[in-house]
Amino acid sequence: MDTLIQIRDVWKIYTLGEVQISALCGASLDIKSGEFIAVMGASGSGKSTFMNLLGCLDRPTRGTYRLAGVDVSTLSADQLAVIRNREIGFVFQNFNLLHRTTAVENVELPLFYSDVRFGEQRRRALEALAAAALNGREHHLPSQLSGGEQQRVAIARALVNRPSLLLADEPTGNLDTRTSVEIMALFTRLHRQQGLTIVLVTHEPDIARYAERVVTFRDGQIVSDARQHATTATQQAMP
Amino acid sequence: MKILRMTLRAAARALRRNKLRSALTMLGIVIGVAAVIAVVSIGRGADAAVQQQIRSLGTNLLLVFPGASTANGVRAGWGSVSTLKVNDAVAISKECAAVIDMSYAKRQVVQVVYGNQNWSTSAEGVTASFLAVRDWQLAAGRFFTDRDVAGASRVAVVGQTVVDHLFNPGEDPIEVMVRIKDVPFQIIGVLAAKGQTGFGQDQDDIILMPFSTAERRVLGTQILGTVDMILTSVRSVADIPEATAEITQLLHERHHIAPNADDDFGVRNLNDIAEASRNASQVMTSLLLCVASISLLVGGIGIMNILLVSVTERTREIGIRMAVGAKRRHILLQFLSEAILLSMVGGFAGCLLGIGASQMISRVAEWPTLVSPPAIVGAFLFSGAVGVFFGFYPARQAAQLDPIAALRYE
Repeated sequence: MDTLIQIRDVWKIYTLGEVQISALCGASLDIKSGEFIAVMGASGSGKSTFMNLLGCLDRPTRGTYRLAGVDVSTLSADQLAVIRNREIGFVFQNFNLLHRTTAVENVELPLFYSDVRFGEQRRRALEALAAAALNGREHHLPSQLSGGEQQRVAIARALVNRPSLLLADEPTGNLDTRTSVEIMALFTRLHRQQGLTIVLVTHEPDIARYAERVVTFRDGQIVSDARQHATTATQQAMP
Repeated sequence: MKILRMTLRAAARALRRNKLRSALTMLGIVIGVAAVIAVVSIGRGADAAVQQQIRSLGTNLLLVFPGASTANGVRAGWGSVSTLKVNDAVAISKECAAVIDMSYAKRQVVQVVYGNQNWSTSAEGVTASFLAVRDWQLAAGRFFTDRDVAGASRVAVVGQTVVDHLFNPGEDPIEVMVRIKDVPFQIIGVLAAKGQTGFGQDQDDIILMPFSTAERRVLGTQILGTVDMILTSVRSVADIPEATAEITQLLHERHHIAPNADDDFGVRNLNDIAEASRNASQVMTSLLLCVASISLLVGGIGIMNILLVSVTERTREIGIRMAVGAKRRHILLQFLSEAILLSMVGGFAGCLLGIGASQMISRVAEWPTLVSPPAIVGAFLFSGAVGVFFGFYPARQAAQLDPIAALRYE
């Protein structure tokens, strides 16, 4: 498998007045295309900062980050926006859907900033919603959807532009156990069937078990990187 | 351009999502634009009406009034002494090349009696050329001739107001005898109604008689040969300065006025009055326009205010948009186009409201209004400019948000 992500000795140092805080202290990580990785760590361990860098929302103070062969640590804000649009899909703990906007319009949002033709956008969005098993919910507003459904809309939005990397930041943090299992089943299915690369941040060991590899952060450094046999959630997920 | 179309679509969608707020935000612009258009319409309408009335007075008319007297250093107003003579009038018509026709007049307020009715009106003794110089028309009968003037005939031509007050409706005043200051006169003609002047003077409240008759029989006590006013007509408005100069020079010579002395006469033309009234109405319109523009400005500030609130409120949305690939200029364009859309839709509604209001005013208040297309286009474009100007700051605030902070914003 190709190396999708190559991170070498990245540092992130914030300056608050005269105090310098190092959120990341020389983390290095390689991720191959098609991997399913869980990132764990206590709050303040640097995992959020790491995810922001991984998602091209931020640039490292030092070190290099190559995404699909491109050194993104030196790109401009606009170039990063293009990378986020094409290569990365985000799933957040609080779903981050636009309220008062229908499911299909939410899913269309990334296409809006891409080269996809207008006529094509609606078709692609509906396709992505179908892939997330949301048929019949296309024109519902987020407030009319359950938490699990909202998160599936968010996943459809993350995948609509066919990114090479799916970043999920505590995707089950706001969901009950049963719905969490459903969402994890969806991730597993996408990973197995489409070979999607998934990086998932969680502090729940139960959720981390779905991944094939677990990376743990402490004090801005990677302290463990272990492969494991992933839980198969598919049977549990479909009651 | 695709991105522009998409942005406009998204802006329209965002504004539709918050209909009441969008409508209220627009209201300032709507009122501003409507006020500008209504004010300009009223201003132009009033101006046109005044100009129309002044034209009806005759803009190619030059009036010469007797001058101000100076007694012991106290200077009285125009017409306070009788310095103009019939001979002056005759000289003007003979020697001033720019003057094509001339008449002169003597006037006094008199009491006219007919049967058991009586009416106080302005009696003017004029020459036979008066009607032509003033460009007035007769409604009935005839005007007096040079022979009537030479013979001091007791004939009179009356205005419509005098007819209305002395005679019963339907009664024919022609050939009827009336008494003016106890002198019997025969009415030989009725002037066509002209209505009021722009200054509220009734032009029909008048009775005309031959100059000689007026001088000898009605206004008898005054010095013979003086006139209250010389009326001259020129071919066109363009000849007025030349005619004015000729008359002034001639009267200087005839009255032996030293170069530094005050004139004992004054030359007036109605074109100056027209100009003055046009200036006055322009000043008024500009003033009202300023006030109306202020409301446009206030409307713009309203848009800025709401957009700033909106940027704060939609920080999370901005973060989401940035996370899924919006560049800074996309965010900038989005908020800017919302501002422009708000102000343009408001401007359009304001145009309709302004035109409607103008028409309402002309119908209900019976003021003349004249809707001005340049004012509509101008107000509409200005409202768009207001949107750009006041939308830019909030839009830039939005575009400069940090995506990570915006995503975390609660």
